[in-house]
Amino acid sequence: MGIYVILLIFAFFFLLPVYMLLATSFKPLVEIGMGTMWLLPKQPSLEGFTDSIQRLSPNLWNSFLLVIPATIFSCLLGSINGYIFSKIRFPGINLLFLFVLFGMFIPYQSILFPLIQFLQKTQLYGTIWGLIITHVIYGLPITSLIFRNYYMEVPDEMLEAAGIDGAGLFKSYFLILFPLSIPGFVVAVIWQFTNIWNEFLFAVTITSDPKKQPITVALVNLAGSQMIQWNLQMAGAIVAAIPTLLVYIFLGKYFIRGLMSGSVKG
Amino acid sequence: MYRKKKWLGFLIISPTLAVIGIFVYGFIGATVRASLSDWNSFKKLLSGEFVYTGLRNYERLFADWRFQTDMWNTLFFTVFFLFGCLLIGLILASLLDRPLKGGRVFQSIFLFPMALSLVVTGTVWRWFFAPGILPNDPAGINVLLGQIGLKSLQWNWFTVTDTIGPFNLALIPVIIAAVWQLSGYTMAMYLAGLRAIPESMTEAARVDGANAWQTFWKVKWPFLRPITLSAMIILGHISLKIFDLVYSMTGSGPKNVTDMPSIYMFEKTFRSNRYAEGSAIAVIMLLMVAVVIIPYLISTLKKSD
Repeated sequence: MGIYVILLIFAFFFLLPVYMLLATSFKPLVEIGMGTMWLLPKQPSLEGFTDSIQRLSPNLWNSFLLVIPATIFSCLLGSINGYIFSKIRFPGINLLFLFVLFGMFIPYQSILFPLIQFLQKTQLYGTIWGLIITHVIYGLPITSLIFRNYYMEVPDEMLEAAGIDGAGLFKSYFLILFPLSIPGFVVAVIWQFTNIWNEFLFAVTITSDPKKQPITVALVNLAGSQMIQWNLQMAGAIVAAIPTLLVYIFLGKYFIRGLMSGSVKG
Repeated sequence: MYRKKKWLGFLIISPTLAVIGIFVYGFIGATVRASLSDWNSFKKLLSGEFVYTGLRNYERLFADWRFQTDMWNTLFFTVFFLFGCLLIGLILASLLDRPLKGGRVFQSIFLFPMALSLVVTGTVWRWFFAPGILPNDPAGINVLLGQIGLKSLQWNWFTVTDTIGPFNLALIPVIIAAVWQLSGYTMAMYLAGLRAIPESMTEAARVDGANAWQTFWKVKWPFLRPITLSAMIILGHISLKIFDLVYSMTGSGPKNVTDMPSIYMFEKTFRSNRYAEGSAIAVIMLLMVAVVIIPYLISTLKKSD
């Protein structure tokens, strides 16, 4: 009994901002005032949602255009890298893995200025493709790590059996490992989808045209320009969060697994 | 046969190694180089001429009051954020580490903020703690405190300029938002750790007459200690480079009370075209993260060998 009381107290504080978010987003603008903030809307309205969707829909679309290819490419590359890093042993391979892995921890500020100069020279600056390439490159360490950890669990004997039959490196990957990889792909895809969707620093520095910006940047701009229309902002926050929240609700188990592999463990 | 495989394996990962070599290490090198230059205006950058200025940009930063504030803010933010996440995560995990009706639901409640963008979190908590400077900024939690008769707790939250020593009190709401978002992560880590403890061990402790407190410290904590270290490093490196949350929630605030190195770097580089100084901030951020991360990476990979 006592446990439930403590858990409910924690849950109350965790959900307080969520209550405020929902209550505000469903209020019509006239109800947004000092006194009514914590009350439920008297006349629930979708005003905030229709307005914010109207403003944010091009950016939602941009985010999908960015997330889908970036996730697919980075996961495919991660799978191949993870295979080599987990199954092929040669001296120094762990050092090479460390070399790759470090890339996922760096503050991206430390590569940002040269990256932007590079994107400008290659005419990719300000485009979705510039962002896609950026996310694929800087996603390599984490996807390689997720797949490496996943393939570590696959017994070497399974691959060796194929090796005896004369299957080469590629064959044993495509015939044996790849078909076993679906759970690994689910974890990596969810992880990349969530991270790229939620990312802000690259998004705000690589795209400057508001029409080309992903949803996170548009949300911040919405908040910056419309100080009073809090219903609009809160509805916008919900709209921006829905895709990753849906992933969390339906595939939470895999989301947590990705979370765990983020903490390295060999 | 085997030798061939090794060469082929190396060949397959070599594009990745090359890309990481250029885009991570090469670009870090370019940033370091820029931080030693005089590219502190658009014109100078455009000239393409590299004038080596030694550590002048760094000296200027460390003498800069705003940057000093940033370093203090980073320190306090990191300490309290870590402490909050570890404590709440441990409490929640201990409560949920038992067969419990509705345990799954509670777990989901505590973990869902992890799925949100820091930008969404920042936007929501900005409204939550909005201190109510009219006309443009209505009050959030202050209204609720007034309505439930706790007027004395009303406070200007992230816009106060009060300090305790070098600690800016305006950071408290930002720390709360960050703990709200990431304590579910420590909960999940601790929960996984607790579930890995063989039941026979806790059972044996119980048979020996150990109370809950003794069982925790003597039996469970040794399992949780390495997890605590991992969580500290993962969360610590997140907080050393925190940007999105602060940028969307408070910005640098009055008198830079909630400013962070990442925000200063962003403004230097992208708002005032002082690329060299911006690069110097980035290099300092990298060094701070590297000190935490490199020993951790080496030790975890050694263990796996």
